[in-house]
Amino acid sequence: MSDPILKIHNLTKRFGGNTAVSGINLEVAPRETLAIIGPNGAGKTTFYNMVSGRMVPTEGSIELNGQDITGLKPHKISRMGVSRSFQLNNIFPEMSVRQNVEVALSAYHGYSRKLFNIASGNKKVQDEADELLERLSIGDLSDQRAGIISYGDKRLLEIAVVLATKPKLVLLDEPTAGMTPDETRRVTRLIRSLADSGDYTFLITEHDMGVVFDLADRILVMHRGESLVVGTVDEVKNHPEVKKAYLGEDDEDDNDREAAV
Amino acid sequence: MKSAIIVGALLLTVVLLIALPWYAPYFYIFIGTEILIMGLFAASFNLVFGYTGMLSFGHAAFFGIGTYATAMLLLHLQWPLLACLAVSMGVGALLALVIGFMSVRLNEVYFAMLTLAFGMMVFSIAHMWRSVTNGSDGIAGFTLGEFGLGIDLTLGNPAVYYHVVLGIVIVAALVLYLICRSSFGMTLQAIRQNAERVSFCGLNIRNYRLAAFTISGAFAGLAGGMMAPFLRVASPEMMHWSTSAEPVLMSILGGTGYFLGPFVGSALFVLLETWITSITQAWMLFLGIVLALMVMFFRRGILGTFLDWWLDKK
Repeated sequence: MSDPILKIHNLTKRFGGNTAVSGINLEVAPRETLAIIGPNGAGKTTFYNMVSGRMVPTEGSIELNGQDITGLKPHKISRMGVSRSFQLNNIFPEMSVRQNVEVALSAYHGYSRKLFNIASGNKKVQDEADELLERLSIGDLSDQRAGIISYGDKRLLEIAVVLATKPKLVLLDEPTAGMTPDETRRVTRLIRSLADSGDYTFLITEHDMGVVFDLADRILVMHRGESLVVGTVDEVKNHPEVKKAYLGEDDEDDNDREAAV
Repeated sequence: MKSAIIVGALLLTVVLLIALPWYAPYFYIFIGTEILIMGLFAASFNLVFGYTGMLSFGHAAFFGIGTYATAMLLLHLQWPLLACLAVSMGVGALLALVIGFMSVRLNEVYFAMLTLAFGMMVFSIAHMWRSVTNGSDGIAGFTLGEFGLGIDLTLGNPAVYYHVVLGIVIVAALVLYLICRSSFGMTLQAIRQNAERVSFCGLNIRNYRLAAFTISGAFAGLAGGMMAPFLRVASPEMMHWSTSAEPVLMSILGGTGYFLGPFVGSALFVLLETWITSITQAWMLFLGIVLALMVMFFRRGILGTFLDWWLDKK
């Protein structure tokens, strides 16, 4: 394995007496796609919040390309090449779809502090925004107000905003949650193509096992804040504890789970 | 087509404003001057409120310190007006930088309360520090010298002063408008709609809020500076928290969603105040009713409601 882009050591977050994330160790290789699965409350989002700077870990360390980023503020971590999406849509609802991406592009290119340019006249940002929206297959929506487009399109728009800052490491939090099967297929295909482009390293939390097995190079299974197992798709599928704890091997709904896979 | 109509309407408004002294009763020259100054004050406030999403309840401090600066410079040093106003802008910005530095880290109601608290402190200082501010009597008795830049104007003539204010307000409003249309202005609007997303785009929200607050303080200071020759006095009441409420009310009346909303709000506010107080003492009662109706039924303000409807129309 080449030098890891992300190296996490003993990462722990406690809220009062409640341990949300406990002693996670993880290395992620560049251009890898790692899925993080686990039931609700397993600590996936808390884990993201620490990596992206939204929360300060109680214990442990996070290294990005060998640099310690533990406890840095979100904007600092973002500038170092980490970008994330949220479980609930997180966009600028009153702006047009294109402007949503322009905000992020302006931040990346350092235009945000310009007081006397005309934002809508910036050809470079406009072109890049159009290209990105095209890549996410929502180019035809660019002049719509972001607050009124469909739920699935909003999720795609958020991914466009996430990618606009040209991150190396992308954290997606349940990108297909609440989507129709059609939308799920569309997003999965899209993430697949982005991952195949070799430009990004992805961390993806996801409940849809079909999506996980389709996209992931490796899977981290979390359970009650702990790392249950990290391994390839096959290793995780056949891991006895995972079957018991998460996939519910000996439950009655076994068939449904298999169908989802 | 619609943008042509808007530009046409704006030009017509400017022409009507320039010509005001020739067709309106003498009294309206004073009304017009007040509307313009308070409009700029409200527009500067709206950069923070309508654009960045922070409700400041202490803007009278920046407005008032601008008035004091110009009044004191006229009284003690007899500087040209333009130089006095430049200093008013500077001290407005400086005070906003200091108060903003301590306030912008807080959100929503806490930010509003903190700016209110700082505003009250500034008011108290102006009221108590008699040796400098002359206490509740304020700074008065100054005379107007030259305008500056070698331009010869009789500033003591209300019509001339009205035109000076009109010119300065138009230039200041253009600069503010350009700022709102810039990438910086777009970023401020993004911060209002979703501050967290902006910080995850790699920007330090606090710096942007502070910059907006400081710029706003500069223009509030400029507006306050123009008030000194108009009222012929700088008094602590101009820094009272009830003065901080005026740009809030004006912005809501006119509409916070459009750049010119606060100017329209200022016109409505001043005209209603003038007309209603000439009939009855109960001006506040009527203002209260108008505001309550606005907030209940026309939350986008007069200009905002009209433009929303008109721009949506085919």
